[in-house]
Amino acid sequence: MSKTLIRGAKVLGGEASDVLIDGTVIERVGIGIEAGDATVVEAEGQILLPGLVDLHTHLREPGREDSETVLTGTRAAAVGGFTAVHAMANTFPVADTAGVVEQVWRLGRESGYCDVQPVGAVTVGLEGKQLAELGAMHDSAAGVRVFSDDGKCVDDAVIMRRALEYVKAFDGVIAQHAQEPRLTEGAQMNEGIVSAELGLGGWPAVAEESIIARDVLLAAHVGSRVHICHLSTAGSVEIIRWAKSKGWNVTAEVTPHHLLLTDELVRSYNPIYKVNPPLRTEADVLALREALADGTIDCVATDHAPHPHEDKDCEWAAAAMGMVGLETALSVVQQTMVDTGLIDWAGVADRMSVRPAQIGRLAGHGRPVSAGEPANLTLVDPAYRGVVDPAGFASRSRNTPYQGRELPGRVTHTFLRGRATVVDGNLA
Amino acid sequence: MLRLTGASPRTPGHLISAADLTRDDAVLILDTAEEMARVADRPIKKLPTLRGRTVVNLFFEDSTRTRISFEAAAKRLSADVINFSAKGSSVSKGESLKDTALTLEAMGADAVVIRHGSSGAPYRLANSGWIDGAVINAGDGTHEHPTQALLDAFTMRRRLVGADAGIGRDLEGRRITIVGDILHSRVARSNVLLLHTLGAEVTLVAPPTLLPIGVEKWPCEVSYDLDQVLPKSDAVMMLRVQRERMNAAFFPTEREYSRRYGLDGERMARMPDNSIVMHPGPMNRGMEITAEVADSDRCTAVEQVANGVSTRMAVLYLLLGGNEPAVTHSRASSATEESK
Repeated sequence: MSKTLIRGAKVLGGEASDVLIDGTVIERVGIGIEAGDATVVEAEGQILLPGLVDLHTHLREPGREDSETVLTGTRAAAVGGFTAVHAMANTFPVADTAGVVEQVWRLGRESGYCDVQPVGAVTVGLEGKQLAELGAMHDSAAGVRVFSDDGKCVDDAVIMRRALEYVKAFDGVIAQHAQEPRLTEGAQMNEGIVSAELGLGGWPAVAEESIIARDVLLAAHVGSRVHICHLSTAGSVEIIRWAKSKGWNVTAEVTPHHLLLTDELVRSYNPIYKVNPPLRTEADVLALREALADGTIDCVATDHAPHPHEDKDCEWAAAAMGMVGLETALSVVQQTMVDTGLIDWAGVADRMSVRPAQIGRLAGHGRPVSAGEPANLTLVDPAYRGVVDPAGFASRSRNTPYQGRELPGRVTHTFLRGRATVVDGNLA
Repeated sequence: MLRLTGASPRTPGHLISAADLTRDDAVLILDTAEEMARVADRPIKKLPTLRGRTVVNLFFEDSTRTRISFEAAAKRLSADVINFSAKGSSVSKGESLKDTALTLEAMGADAVVIRHGSSGAPYRLANSGWIDGAVINAGDGTHEHPTQALLDAFTMRRRLVGADAGIGRDLEGRRITIVGDILHSRVARSNVLLLHTLGAEVTLVAPPTLLPIGVEKWPCEVSYDLDQVLPKSDAVMMLRVQRERMNAAFFPTEREYSRRYGLDGERMARMPDNSIVMHPGPMNRGMEITAEVADSDRCTAVEQVANGVSTRMAVLYLLLGGNEPAVTHSRASSATEESK
């Protein structure tokens, strides 16, 4: 097997070290390691992180291959520094059977750019009525541990309770898309000052917070674990903080876009800013950053949601909700969390690799950068400054809200079990 | 050309939001509308100003009243008018707005008057690069309806200040009350913005369920009590309340709404002398307004329709007409005109 020597990188932002990869594992970490016959990557000034793990990715295959496929999505993931992604279940057909999750899992293995861990639907057809065969999906080759009706909320309290209880049998977790459906009928954007002016239907914070409050109580009652997808409000943060203070098994994620963008952008009526949950206010953004820094929010998850151009090149109400995010996630986190001093690079490793791998129970990811560990690694140049140009994306879709925006940092290399998937910022 | 002179005009060359108009822009439109109104009293109501120009009425929602008002306005200015009713076609598909716009562009539309069920569709049309012509918002979703606000302001200025006395003047210090379904009303949004710009003091009256979260940042007062506000109102604008709102629990029953927020003769009697009652139409007689009020001399609903044509002529002229005067007449001839 081939060897690679990463020379002079700051491991987790600490002291510069050399890291020798032999085959699929890290052989040595130290100073002055002899290159020998290894391929050398000069990484002075760069940060070495464990490969990033995304708990929330829409790969769209099967069914919407016009917006993304497992192959294009995993290529985008690799460019973004990810070595594992969780593929959401809202495909066509829905990933609510062992057959569909195994299909997605196999496509991921064939792609070779990034591990794909399928998420199973909680209910049949995401309809919230009848539990999908959660056990069969867990027992399949895909080994599903995370279940979610993401895109839709498991709003029936009894169904949610049963799902939480049932997955205890195989250490599963329910990842809830918290959105009270009646409070969000016709919702187009965050309900507040801007929606009042623009005359767009409001998506009130309380529609998210009320479901989260119910679900942390349910999880506590049945002694199961619940994960909250894409937390977007300051009030949600308070509920999670309270639930954690009780010692309940509650985790939460935040998207990069909710760490940076606000509903003021909707004044342009440009549907590139249309996303669910919607962009909130400055106060929410600051609360989310603080919560990610203090650990109330466990991790960053992209909610990478590719859409074809025509679904965004239209009037606001007709447009699809969602933004691509895999290729810009780390840069947005650097800008909002690292460059602001809220967390250091070890914190980034924790929030973007270690914690999501733990929540998803992904073996081999989110591991320390030390000898004997799987060589899933991401090398970042934090000094880089670049303007986002979606024309260069590896994703099949271009619906980024950051077009034309300058963002810091760039993934230069990504290694998946020792194999370089990205070299000098380009797909290998 | 109407060049919006606001501090940061979002849509120069178009009329998308009442917020895009400065006080001077708005007064210029009202003054021009006054000139246009005088044309309506001539034996020949037509001006050659927009001869050879094409105005498209692009209506994605049914609104016969607004469409014929724009149509009459464009025709009196001698423009060619194309009515494009997209109702019933696949408007729910986003592509259709873009493709429709590209089609109109290919046909050489100088102005597109757009009515659309989605808030922001006119803004999108004006800023998307799909089209070069002027875009006039004829009502978008629950966002705005700026020409309605302009014709309302025109009606108020005529009634409260005077047709001739009003020239060059705004609505400084006039107390205007808007009553009803503010939450879903594009008329209310445009009126609040325009009337504030014109110096009026606006009060919104509605049950709390029909006021948007965030209304506290609007440049107006808010009250839940109609009876308290009526004696201090120079004009009361009654908004149509759609009966289907009842099923969504915005209020318990039609009768309760009517009792608390409807305008009847008894309530109207508590308004100051010379104050007026306005309604953008169509009216729900017996719901937000009784027949007694609707048919009284104070009610300007029919006058508003006539003023709508004059106001829309002024907007079309200022957006498309260039620099030559729209109307050539002597002051003496206009003195025979008297607003009713």
